[in-house]
Amino acid sequence: MALATLDDLGDYLRQLDPDVSDIALRQGELIVQARRGGITRVLTFLRDDANCQFAQLADLCGADYPEREERFEIVYNLLSLKHNQRIRVKVATDEETPVPSVADIFPCATWFEREAWDMFGIFFAGNPDLRRLLTDYGFEGHPLRKDFPLTGYTEVRYDETQKRVVYEPVKLTQDFRVFDFMSPWEGMTTVHLPGDEKAAGRDGEG
Amino acid sequence: MSDDSDIEIKPYTINFGPQHPAAHGVLRLVLEMDGEVIDRADPHIGLLHRGTEKLIEYKTYLQAVPYFDRLDYMAPMCQEHAFALAVEKLLGVEVPERGQYIRVLFSEITRILNHLLNVTTFALDVGAVTPALWGFEQREILFEFYERVSGARMHCAYFRPGGVHQDMPAGLAEDIWAWTEGFPAFLEELEGLLTENRIFKQRTVDIGVVSRADAIAWGFAGPMLRASGVPWDLRKAQPYDVYDRMVFDVPIGTTGDCFARYLVRMEEMRQSLSIMRQCLGAMPDGPIKTTDNKVAPPPRGDMKRSMEALIHHFKLYTEGYHVPAGETYTAVESVKGEFGVYLVSDGSNKPYRCHIRSPGYVHLQAMDLMSKGHMLADAVAIIGAMDIVFGEIDR
Repeated sequence: MALATLDDLGDYLRQLDPDVSDIALRQGELIVQARRGGITRVLTFLRDDANCQFAQLADLCGADYPEREERFEIVYNLLSLKHNQRIRVKVATDEETPVPSVADIFPCATWFEREAWDMFGIFFAGNPDLRRLLTDYGFEGHPLRKDFPLTGYTEVRYDETQKRVVYEPVKLTQDFRVFDFMSPWEGMTTVHLPGDEKAAGRDGEG
Repeated sequence: MSDDSDIEIKPYTINFGPQHPAAHGVLRLVLEMDGEVIDRADPHIGLLHRGTEKLIEYKTYLQAVPYFDRLDYMAPMCQEHAFALAVEKLLGVEVPERGQYIRVLFSEITRILNHLLNVTTFALDVGAVTPALWGFEQREILFEFYERVSGARMHCAYFRPGGVHQDMPAGLAEDIWAWTEGFPAFLEELEGLLTENRIFKQRTVDIGVVSRADAIAWGFAGPMLRASGVPWDLRKAQPYDVYDRMVFDVPIGTTGDCFARYLVRMEEMRQSLSIMRQCLGAMPDGPIKTTDNKVAPPPRGDMKRSMEALIHHFKLYTEGYHVPAGETYTAVESVKGEFGVYLVSDGSNKPYRCHIRSPGYVHLQAMDLMSKGHMLADAVAIIGAMDIVFGEIDR
């Protein structure tokens, strides 16, 4: 028996209670917030339960929200070929706390977790092969973190005198420019421009 | 007389690539060999890593579109499609019917473009030179269609959130129709070169077999999944744009080997051709992008007369549009499989996070599974049939 809608599926998943803290349906997509320790149980259930059958891990990625207490979010996008449904499971963590690896449940998670480790520095406990994947050999830092600059820290070039590739600190010939495109005539309630005090002052004088 | 058992073969490691014509790009494969048999394959990727996901976080939504051309450069429009659909979902924008038909038409042109490249270069890898020469002639014609509609042969930036950039120029629909009439004959010829070719079959049959269960567990998608006998196609299962109006079959392989992958791709080209003809037949007149000028720019002619249109144009190409906060995982059936975009918006004019799920990345991961116990030369056939492009794997 398949559960007809994602709403029903959401209700059905409440039985995972201690390991699932929140289930929400947003923009037609079911989002399950799981507790870090229970992620393997949740994903195994989603994969094996007759009503779920999410046999494919379509995607696993990290996301960085530096303002949060646990800044990283790991997002698992699952696909059920049997019921033609998708579900998204999320887990939060910080720089130090490892997340249980799901490579045993979905073999394709190995590279996704390596990528998340490479890009964000999220540590996956139990991943059989947690090496860097996409960045250069010997690369330092985790480039997709929000506090990692877009330009990076090092640049490479071929040195004609030394006859080899050399790494040097990044030199920018012009300052890195980033515009916020804050429109001066929309929603500027918190921005104070020179001259704004006159408006308040006139009110005060009456 | 020396006895065979006296000869000790030392296991050794060889480096395949990163500069190797059969690696289809910058793949470095570290192979642990036992004689000529592969014990373990460890792909090292990332040599083409350009930080696309990071760059997109610093660009407006419209500026992010061209990055999708540069992922899998054999299927640029399909990837723009995924991004456009994701942004449209967050914006709540509806694309006019003609725009949807044009998108489906060009997605299928893209599919033929890719499959032609893959099938012919795969044949080249296993020793057949002629298919590549023939196939590339057809590809050039398709690239001309690309160029006429978008101005570029490869990096087209044509599917944009809200629709497509411009309407098709006059006469293009007729020319595409004329091409579709001659293409089946070409496919016959191509099949005549390969399908019953003894050498081709010796190199591909029973090579890199992946079972149904393994294909699902390893996250396979597209022709790779279908060759293993799983009837799954996002165009059928979760149709987007006007795919639900198209009548087509999903070819399924039975053996899950490299030969089945080839057969699936050949049949998919025929189905794509049929979809193209249905699109051309049913395409209505009308706008090709949303008329909401907060998302899609007004026509150039309007800007010469209307102040409002000029302001919209200026705002769209400087600030861009703000996308309501939210997140979505939107996937399309790209030429190689499920191409997904996980897009997080924080309400500003730039994506907060954009993760790209590329099919080739997932397939390459199973290289070890597929090549274990095969000869070194079979690794080439497996890579060829896997259809990998490093632009999308390394991102």
